[in-house]
Amino acid sequence: MTETSSRISEHEIEQVIGRLLQFGVLLAAAVTLVGGVMLLLHHGSTAVSYSTFQGEPAYLRSLRAIVTAAFAGDAMAVVQLGLLLLIATPVARVAFTLVAFALQRDRLYVLVTTIVLALLLYGLVFGGA
Amino acid sequence: MTILTLALLVALGSFAAGLLGALTGLGGGIVVVPMLTLVFHVDIRYAIGASIVSVIATSSGAASAYVREGYTNVRVGILLEVATTVGALIGAALAGVVRTSFLAILFGCVLLFTAYRSLKPVPEHQVLAKPDRWAELFRLDSTYPTMQGLQAYSVQNVPAGFAIMLVAGTLSALLGIGSGIVKVLAMDQLMRLPFKVSTTTSNFMIGVTAAASAGVYMHEGYIDPTIAFPVMLGVLAGALLGARILTRVHPRWLRQLFTVIVVVMAVEMLYKGVRGVV
Repeated sequence: MTETSSRISEHEIEQVIGRLLQFGVLLAAAVTLVGGVMLLLHHGSTAVSYSTFQGEPAYLRSLRAIVTAAFAGDAMAVVQLGLLLLIATPVARVAFTLVAFALQRDRLYVLVTTIVLALLLYGLVFGGA
Repeated sequence: MTILTLALLVALGSFAAGLLGALTGLGGGIVVVPMLTLVFHVDIRYAIGASIVSVIATSSGAASAYVREGYTNVRVGILLEVATTVGALIGAALAGVVRTSFLAILFGCVLLFTAYRSLKPVPEHQVLAKPDRWAELFRLDSTYPTMQGLQAYSVQNVPAGFAIMLVAGTLSALLGIGSGIVKVLAMDQLMRLPFKVSTTTSNFMIGVTAAASAGVYMHEGYIDPTIAFPVMLGVLAGALLGARILTRVHPRWLRQLFTVIVVVMAVEMLYKGVRGVV
């Protein structure tokens, strides 16, 4: 592989990563905004206090439950879905970087990126526990 | 307070935090948790959950531009992300065990350190040095765009930088912040990356670090939609506007204003933490 061809592909990777992050944030913000407006329309006049920690109900904590409730039209779950899409954006970036390193046959960085991706998925899917 | 009033006020405060954070380059995440706990009397765990999500939004938003401009050192970022994500998972596990008064005191100390660093000028350093063994193994040396064209630079002290990133990741998760100041300090002063490369690579790593702990916090029930949505949208809107008007404002007095706010918040967090009223 010559010096120029490796530079071009690295430049291309940077372009795709940039677009991916931009798309992820915009999509997540749009879903969160829709959920937020729904939440204010349905529960806007409810009185709340967050001075004591109670933790969220189970349906707003696990991936599957959030997706199910969001598609059933629950406003709180739509917001959580937007926030999940946001959390997934850097994870997708890492996954894309892994593919890019694999295409470049860069074994060392395939290994490093796999470790990062595994740690992220461990936190997101299993809650670190 | 009704949900509508709370959401509007929190969105306004978060917008201001995101705007000031972008204009001063210190990030808005650092003031979101003190604002929620001190002004809106939100439990610090809900505050941390909402803040860490907003950190992902602002860092990913900004990174999308920096990466395409070619400043970010993607290899350095990914290598150090191993350390920051391990640190983040440790921090998220610790958060469930430590007392909230400890979190408040730690937060106060980090705020004071931020204020101190923001007033101290960053010393310039050479960008080319003897090759480092670890930097060679991981092929970390790279180039970045300058007025005179592409400038080559070398990377130093990789193991020490890696160790500090573990701490940065733990702090990020424990406090719901990006901990960009610690990351930049390690890369700029210790690993000897050019300043612009350090800040953009730090920003690139912040989203991944925050995603690791945010996933855990979602499972633990720290992320409340009613608090998190106005924080996330407010900070993001403020940061986007800040990035747009950055060239037209004079960040000097803004930086001083931001530093004063940070110091006041630090004192209040320390006071609440020591009194145990968090």
